[in-house]
Amino acid sequence: MDLFAYAPAPESRDVVDIRPSYGLFVDGAFTDGGGEPFKTVEPATGEALAEVASADAADVDRAVAAARRAYETVWGPMSGRDRAKYLFRIARILQERSRELAVLESIDNGKPIRESRDVDLPLVAAHFFYHAGWADKLGHAGLGADPRPLGVAAQVIPWNFPLLMLAWKIAPALACGNTVVLKPAETTPLTALAFADVCRQADLPPGVVNIITGAGETGRLLVAHDGVDKVAFTGSTEVGREIARTVAGTRKRLTLELGGKAANIVFDDAPLDQAVEGVVNGIFFNQGHVCCAGSRLLVQETVAGEFLDRLKARMATLRVGDPLDKNTDVGAINSAAQLARIADLADAGEREGAERWSPPCDLPGRGYWFAPTLFTGVAQSHRIASEEIFGPVLSALTFRTPQEAVEKANNTPYGLSAGVWSEKGSRTLWVAERLRAGVVWANTFNKFDPAAPFGGYKESGHGREGGRHGLEAYLEH
Amino acid sequence: MSTETVPPGRGAAGLRAFLHGLPGVDRVGADERAARLATRSIKTTAKAQAIDLAIAMVDLTTLEGADTPGKVRALCAKAARPDPEDRSVPPVAAVCVYSDLVGVAVEALDGTGIGVASVATAFPSGRAPLDAKLADVRAAVAAGAAEIDMVIDRGAFLSGDYATVDAEIRAVREACGDAHLKVILETGELATYDNARRASWLAMDAGADFIKTSTGKVSPAATLPVTLVMLEAVRDYRAATGRTVGVKPAGGIRTTKDALKYLVLVNETAGPDWLTPDLFRLGASSLLNDLLMQRRKLTTGVYSGPDHFTLD
Repeated sequence: MDLFAYAPAPESRDVVDIRPSYGLFVDGAFTDGGGEPFKTVEPATGEALAEVASADAADVDRAVAAARRAYETVWGPMSGRDRAKYLFRIARILQERSRELAVLESIDNGKPIRESRDVDLPLVAAHFFYHAGWADKLGHAGLGADPRPLGVAAQVIPWNFPLLMLAWKIAPALACGNTVVLKPAETTPLTALAFADVCRQADLPPGVVNIITGAGETGRLLVAHDGVDKVAFTGSTEVGREIARTVAGTRKRLTLELGGKAANIVFDDAPLDQAVEGVVNGIFFNQGHVCCAGSRLLVQETVAGEFLDRLKARMATLRVGDPLDKNTDVGAINSAAQLARIADLADAGEREGAERWSPPCDLPGRGYWFAPTLFTGVAQSHRIASEEIFGPVLSALTFRTPQEAVEKANNTPYGLSAGVWSEKGSRTLWVAERLRAGVVWANTFNKFDPAAPFGGYKESGHGREGGRHGLEAYLEH
Repeated sequence: MSTETVPPGRGAAGLRAFLHGLPGVDRVGADERAARLATRSIKTTAKAQAIDLAIAMVDLTTLEGADTPGKVRALCAKAARPDPEDRSVPPVAAVCVYSDLVGVAVEALDGTGIGVASVATAFPSGRAPLDAKLADVRAAVAAGAAEIDMVIDRGAFLSGDYATVDAEIRAVREACGDAHLKVILETGELATYDNARRASWLAMDAGADFIKTSTGKVSPAATLPVTLVMLEAVRDYRAATGRTVGVKPAGGIRTTKDALKYLVLVNETAGPDWLTPDLFRLGASSLLNDLLMQRRKLTTGVYSGPDHFTLD
């Protein structure tokens, strides 16, 4: 094994400049927050990175008022063509600064640089480019000849893809003529604050984008604020429910992108090696911190033994460790709290009788880590088969017939995504038609594109982001 | 790992059923996997180790109609001591020539421990009667070739006549005697990854010691994804039968960066067991000088130009 051990290949941290403390970005300027500042931690080491301001009710008022002013005086009246110019400019700056932003994202979030560099940042820029293209063509989006913006959008995003979720939220909102107040997750605020700097660099008019940091309470204040016209949330189903209750009965429009427990269905005629790769990518990408992660493997009984052997052999080659090392495949768990939740659910899996397996791997001594884990002998009634774990834990179940696969795949409160692996096109289509999931990937997994709408069924939320469908959430028509 | 087994005593229909029963290969997925592995970062000590390993895996090759005994002798000298200024550079694995030049190479390499490989069997098209191919092989072996690189009959393979390909490989295997047999699939002409996987199994089952991507005369020659498919095949074949078969990508591998990508592919697909010249070779002519140049860069810290390395 040592014959060809890869030497450490860490990406340089010198490209980022993390300040000791950050304020709120309101009306084009950084200001102090009225709440108690909090610390953001580097998951790979457990050490504090910076102190971040917390927005209280008065700060939320200020941010919403600034967004309203910008909406009424500048951004709303501006022609789509001019809005497009700003969006294109932001997209280009994001590309130019992508190395810095990727490193910052990996430091603050714990995800491998390979993913922030090769997946997150290219998609972030792509979302701005894509929506820039729509800004002056909204009349052709199939939503009537003259769709109008909603006004001020309150947006709350999660910690798993901090900058990407920001792009998914801000790009369509701005393209459609709305202004935004965005709250990033409290464990990963740094790239959103770096994005504030990108907005300034792009000379975006003050107030069009406001970034307020804080924990759940700040989000609650923002969502409940009278001055917002639209609420967009990505995060847990539990918080989503609370937001739905808050918004119910108001004029506010709401989109929710919540949890998932996606099935990856492998038929016996699947391209097995690529299916193994897709299953690995489906659950271990971003340490499994993915709402559409393929966390339930449904494999046909005829190939289950062989497939699981191949999967284990492949899992043994996953390299877990320093997120900034270019050869790292699986990085750090985002926070101590999340690590505890993953460990708790994995223990429950063992207690309930499923068989737990992890490849031998040395986890770093400090920071938050969890080895890639596979559970076999899982039953539908086990917690690990029904609850979203949001970590690198895969539950494997088997099935005998396509009908049974569909039934098991749909037997979940969630419905965000699914994967089908088969060389037989007619079967793939038959299964895909019957799956209650917003996205069904065939012979691939975790593929994203700004032009493809993304969203869920059932407790995975409602509304779509991306594509022509995604524009509808930000337009009156 | 795999439950696949080759059915004993199968006829033409059985062979066909077996090969078509192998798991399919999804082209997009295989391309993606190879591309992702190609982003591995190999630096410092790992790079130094990998460069020496790559040098020791090179089958230094000249396969031109214009080859002369003089050129082959020069190539052999280079094979034995790739960098005359640095004795710590390992010799290459073998020198690969046409069958009529085997004698020259054997004599030139006498005492070096470097083997002579010969492309026999009507290389590169393979379009000759079996008798002629076998005569070609026997002549090369008689002249001292330790390894025979044979081409398969792609026409027969593509028409679904696997039994003919199978019989031909077995006949050549027999004619090789003690010489190692490398079977060239010419994956560029087989067109699909499914065919590459089937041809790999066919060749391994018929007795190949190595499976090799290409003659180097057809484009595309060796690619990372097709080598990935072949590495998966040798891995699965060992799991099914216990026999270990080597892999040799050939053609178009010119830079150290390329060579390292192949080593990463071996390491993470078949496994580190295959990281030896006994089980992995790089068929190349111009690669060696780039490896030497990168090696010197690592040891001295500065680049020297191509003129600091010998041409042959």
